[in-house]
Amino acid sequence: MIQINNLNFSYNSKKPLFKNLNLSLKAGHIYGLLGKNGAGKSTLLKNIAGLAFPQSGKCLIDGTESSKRLVSTLQNLYFIAEEVYVPALTPGQFLERTAGFYPAFSITDFYSYLKILDIDPDLLMTKMSYGQQKKMIIAFGLATNTGVLILDEPTNGLDIPSKVQFRKLIASVLNEERCIIISTHQVRDLDSLIDTVLILDDHRIVIENSIDELTEKLFFGVFKDLTGMNVLYEEDTLMGRYAIVENTAGKYGKMDLELLFNAATTNSGKLLNALKPATSHE
Amino acid sequence: MEFKDNEAIYIQIAAFVSDQILMGKWPAGQKIPSVRDMAVELEVNPNTVMRSYEFLQGLEIIYNKRGLGLFVADDGFEKVKAYRKENFVRQNLPELFKNMYLLGISIDEISLQYQNFQAQQKNELN
Repeated sequence: MIQINNLNFSYNSKKPLFKNLNLSLKAGHIYGLLGKNGAGKSTLLKNIAGLAFPQSGKCLIDGTESSKRLVSTLQNLYFIAEEVYVPALTPGQFLERTAGFYPAFSITDFYSYLKILDIDPDLLMTKMSYGQQKKMIIAFGLATNTGVLILDEPTNGLDIPSKVQFRKLIASVLNEERCIIISTHQVRDLDSLIDTVLILDDHRIVIENSIDELTEKLFFGVFKDLTGMNVLYEEDTLMGRYAIVENTAGKYGKMDLELLFNAATTNSGKLLNALKPATSHE
Repeated sequence: MEFKDNEAIYIQIAAFVSDQILMGKWPAGQKIPSVRDMAVELEVNPNTVMRSYEFLQGLEIIYNKRGLGLFVADDGFEKVKAYRKENFVRQNLPELFKNMYLLGISIDEISLQYQNFQAQQKNELN
C-alpha cells in the first residue's frame, strides 16, 4: 500500500536526515514507528503524507507519488499531527465544512467516537483543552475511514481513561483495507496494539519486522548466566543480565519494545544480523 | 486484562479463552466473541486475536462455522483439559519438583497439603 524507494531527505544539506531509506507497508496492519528524538519520525510521516517532498527517491501510496498531492491520494489519507491545529468551530461545524473531502467519511462513526472520547460536539474547539482538541481530531481522523491513517504521537496529552479508549478505538477500526502507522515514544501505551515494529535510526529503517517474527527469533529475559547463548544485547539489572538472546528453544516470550529499541539504536550489528534473513520486502 | 511479561500475548489470549471454557462460562456450542470485539475488549491488535483463534482452532478447541463465527467445540472442554494437563506436566511440574528438591519438601508433605486443599475446595463449592 505504501512503498518508499531510496528516499533521500534533508532540511539542511550538510545533515541528511534519510539516506536511501526503503520501506514497504501493507494494508491490514498497525505499524509502530520508533526512533530517537531528532531521528526524523515526523519527517518520515510527512514524506509519506505528501507534506514534505523527497530530494530524491519516491514515496508511493497505491503506486502514486504522494508528493503529487492528487485528490485521489489525499482523499484516502488522514494525517493526525502531533500538534493539532483547530479553527474556532464546533466539532459539528468542522464536520460540515471538512468531512466532504473524504468520500468514505462516516458521520455516525464520528459522533460515536466523540461520545466514547467524551467530547462535546457543540463546544468551540478553541475553547477545548489540548487533550480534548487532540481527541476531537482523532475522532475525526478515524471517522474519515481512509485507507491510510497516520498518527504522530497520538497519546501525547491524553489522560489515562482516554488512552484506554484510544487503544480500543484503534483496535476496532483496523480492517484488511486499512494501513495504520503510529509514531510514538510511549511504547507502553501501544505495545500490544502494533503488529509490526519500525525503528528509524542512523538515516534509515533498521528494524522492519512483525512482532511474531521478532518473538520467533529473539528471546527477552533476565538471565543469571548467559554462557552458551547467543547474546545479542544485554543490560545490567539487580536481578541479573536483562538480555535479548537468539531464540533457539522455540519459546514464545513477550517482547520488550524498550529493550529492543535500546538494542537497535546502540551497537545493533549483532541484533540486525540475527534478524537479517527474515527481513523480506514482499 | 493485564498481560504477563513472560509469555506471548497471543498465548495469553488463548489461555483466557480456555479458562472461560474450563470454568463452564462458555459451554460447548457457545459462540465466542468476534476477533474485533475481543481485540477491542483486550485493547490488542486484531491480528493477535486472529492468531490466538487460529491456534485454538488448530487444537480443535473452537471451530469456525462459515459466515456465523467461532464456536466452542463439542469436546472443547475435554480438549482444553488435556492440553492444560500436558502443559502442566511439561512446564509446571519440573518447576515444582525443583523447588521441593531445593527446599527439602517430601512428597508426603505435599500430599497432605493437597488433601487439605481438596477439602477446602469442596467446602467452598457446597
